[in-house]
Amino acid sequence: MKTVYMDHAAATPVRKQVVEAMLPYFDEHFGNPSTVYDMGSRIKHVIDEQRATVAELIGAKAGEIIFTSSGAEANNLAIKGIGLARQKKGKHIIISAIEHHSVLNSARFLERMDFEVTFLQVDQHGLVDPERLSRAIRPETILVSIMHANNEIGTIEPISDLSAICREKGVVFHTDAVATVGNIPVDVNELNVDLLSLSGVSLGAPKGIGALYFRNNLRLMPLIHGGIQESGRRAGTENVPAIVGLGKASELAAQELPHKAEHVKELRDRLVTGVHGRIEQVKYTGHPEKRLPGHASFCIEAIEGEALVFMLSQKGIYVNTGSACASKALKTSPVLVAIGVPPDLAQGSAVFTLNGTNTVDEIQYVLDQLPVAVEKLRSLSPIWRTKTAA
Amino acid sequence: MKFVENQPSDDTLDLVCRMCPVHLLEPGDKLRCLKKGQVLEVLTDYDGALEDIPNWCKKCGEEFIGIEEDDDCYKLYIKKTK
Repeated sequence: MKTVYMDHAAATPVRKQVVEAMLPYFDEHFGNPSTVYDMGSRIKHVIDEQRATVAELIGAKAGEIIFTSSGAEANNLAIKGIGLARQKKGKHIIISAIEHHSVLNSARFLERMDFEVTFLQVDQHGLVDPERLSRAIRPETILVSIMHANNEIGTIEPISDLSAICREKGVVFHTDAVATVGNIPVDVNELNVDLLSLSGVSLGAPKGIGALYFRNNLRLMPLIHGGIQESGRRAGTENVPAIVGLGKASELAAQELPHKAEHVKELRDRLVTGVHGRIEQVKYTGHPEKRLPGHASFCIEAIEGEALVFMLSQKGIYVNTGSACASKALKTSPVLVAIGVPPDLAQGSAVFTLNGTNTVDEIQYVLDQLPVAVEKLRSLSPIWRTKTAA
Repeated sequence: MKFVENQPSDDTLDLVCRMCPVHLLEPGDKLRCLKKGQVLEVLTDYDGALEDIPNWCKKCGEEFIGIEEDDDCYKLYIKKTK
């Protein structure tokens, strides 16, 4: 059976060149980077080289990168690390209502420690309004965290407008860029952010590696205490093969980015046009233009997203319904609720995330199979039967 | 323990929130970038540094000037003498 993978927001295959770069660091160069003898110090040097490569991808300096175990850890370190380090200045933080769970739940954790959190509402496309942010900032606000792009609806936020407001008011600004780094150009100076999270998962690097960019003068309370790895900001012996993998994936991403976005956007547009031409009662969610190039998200009336995902997987098509980590919860997506999608329509969420390896043939295969699956599910739906009978 | 007030410095090393023993590793690197006679201000919230840094100065032949307590950290002053 043909396999068509269109869930690259959940995971990307690890690139062959990435695996090859990683392999020697499992056995040949296995030493502990913290040791003083050459076997360790050579590996410390390799880690610093990867740090420089990852930094280069986002326009940062090597010393501004902390390697973490994931994008989620990077988000935790940003929210809790800044919150705890700056709490004497104030205990109010602002996040958007559509943040990833790793930001949302880190903010809720701080709420339990007497912080106050403002959950900023978004418009029907998922955009945060800079004016609204400006009004929400108070003298005791110490941190604002707004994601660069939303993984469920693909909307790209106006980060440089939002960060400019924070810079003017002396508030630290973090962005979760897990969905964007490797998919569109990301530059920390253009975005004017203080902290930025990224993950290997969306870059063609292995799972279990991420990074946090932080401006050099920022104080950040460590979450993992122990040795002085990552300049005393994150303890634990480094995951050297994964760091090398992230470095290689960053190098490849930097080379491919200029062509990749155009290619996936063309495929995405073909998919979107095809879906609208073949299936009735479909809502395209997220911003129509300000969105990730390979991202297409729909709410299809009178179907269950999970059932659709299952049926498509039986035809070798792998897509998602909402974010990978939240879709198992069988709960209406808070992101779709936040953009005003009615709860019954939100049940029919289907998210397609493409990358450079997808082809026109694959899009055609999806366009052949998707309407069949939708029709089958709708034939079982009493809601659809009532609607079409009326 | 020597206390100082309004001590001028030529450079600052902010080690607040950083884990032990970073306070014994980074001052040396920073001092290497200073000229003889210049003063380094080290900011830390780690109590152990109050004892460690004066001892480290003695061992390395640098002059420990003193400590000032701030709202959220200690400020330790080292004069480069080598």
